[in-house]
Amino acid sequence: MKSLKSHFSLITALFSILITLQLFLSLERVITAYEHKLRDNYGIVVVTDSNLSDAYFKKADSLVKSVEPLSPKRMLQQLQQLAGDSDINLMTLDLPHFYRLRLTRFVTPEEAKALGKRLKREKAVLRVETFAQQHDTVYRMLQLFKGVVLVLAGVLFLVTSLLIVKEMRLWQFQHRERMNIMALFGAPVWLRSAVLFRLAIVDAIIASLLSVAAFLLVMYYGWVERVLELIQVDVALFAPAQDVPLLFGVAVSLSILLASMIVMGHKEEV
Amino acid sequence: MDKIILAENLSLGYGKQETIISKATFAIDSGGFVFITGASGSGKSTLLKSFFGALPLLSGELTVGGVDMARINAKKLNFLRRHIGIVFQDYKLVKEWTIEKNIMLPLLINGYARDVSELQIEKLLGHVRLSHQRGKYPMELSGGEQQRVAMARALAHNPILILADEPTGNLDDYSSKVVWSLLEGANTQLGATVVVVTHHIPESFGTTYRHYHIEHGDVYEVS
Repeated sequence: MKSLKSHFSLITALFSILITLQLFLSLERVITAYEHKLRDNYGIVVVTDSNLSDAYFKKADSLVKSVEPLSPKRMLQQLQQLAGDSDINLMTLDLPHFYRLRLTRFVTPEEAKALGKRLKREKAVLRVETFAQQHDTVYRMLQLFKGVVLVLAGVLFLVTSLLIVKEMRLWQFQHRERMNIMALFGAPVWLRSAVLFRLAIVDAIIASLLSVAAFLLVMYYGWVERVLELIQVDVALFAPAQDVPLLFGVAVSLSILLASMIVMGHKEEV
Repeated sequence: MDKIILAENLSLGYGKQETIISKATFAIDSGGFVFITGASGSGKSTLLKSFFGALPLLSGELTVGGVDMARINAKKLNFLRRHIGIVFQDYKLVKEWTIEKNIMLPLLINGYARDVSELQIEKLLGHVRLSHQRGKYPMELSGGEQQRVAMARALAHNPILILADEPTGNLDDYSSKVVWSLLEGANTQLGATVVVVTHHIPESFGTTYRHYHIEHGDVYEVS
């Protein structure tokens, strides 16, 4: 019963760590996907006095991914009601060129401002609009969200790791007598601690299986999908091919590391 | 005759302030049977512990089986212990293992093949008259039976040196007789050196032995 209890405690602690890790990975994926979505929707508007090519803008700054000329037709159609055709034709001749620049990644507000300044230095550029204020709010919200998740994950990781160390110490106490007796007959360290490692690995595998099962369940649970649809993000929260080996690897490595620490700290008593 | 244990100016204790054995010089012949006696707290068990490397030396020299115990490392100590059989007053059996598995321990450590181990266990269980108890756990046996299991374990790998710390201290007459007869057999038939720490040497003990006594930190030969 005691042994079952100690197994349960270690499995629970490992399970918590794995769930935290997977949650962090999933949130990271959602945030990255959302960033990509923002990046794709985000564009800097540049006004120039001459017709410029894609290559010109890309050469001006490596952050520029694509250039989309903005047609002034719609604006002119609205003005047509107020002015005559001849005025509109004159206006068209004098009208500057408008471009929307798409970027290679989601930039920080500072980067957006710096990019605006760099573009303004170009001779043909008359005006640059980075929409920095709006961008800044969304960006800072995302960063805050990421930071909170990271801090929570860190705290949970620390607490559960301490719990595992405590559990392992109990194990060490339980196994100390056997390890001492084996040492008296010349058993090498690996043989003395084989049971401890076997238990740690078995518990790590059980905890990994449980966390994989929990996430598979979440993956196929409609509520999460609906939330993601709501924020128009298309992302796999759980990627089995990538995440299952990671979860198993982390659980087994962590339990082996902690078991090794206990074995190293073991002192023979007769 | 070869000396299996050689001590020169050996001092032992628990810290410099607590010297229990002081500058002892003695030698134990290979294949001999030795009793070490002394009052409670005289240092009998402390001396025995130093023979299997469970206690570091304070000063002096101690050689066991040709190994310098002052400069021994973990690997060498494990190697030495694989050739020693140890019996304690409190048996030191692994509670969660069956009797069979307890006896198998030194065989497992020494890398015996499974079939050889099984034959050896069968033979030993017969010698200690516990063949019918092989599947039981130590806590299911009496103290005398547990000590017989410990004896079987100590002899399982045919050690060259057997160290016994008050092996019959808590035993009934029958179990005591079995233990003494096994220790004598190991010495006379298998040629193992046997060192027994005890309060009293049994009166009917038939094998030739040497007797060391410990008093006030001195180790001296009585006979």
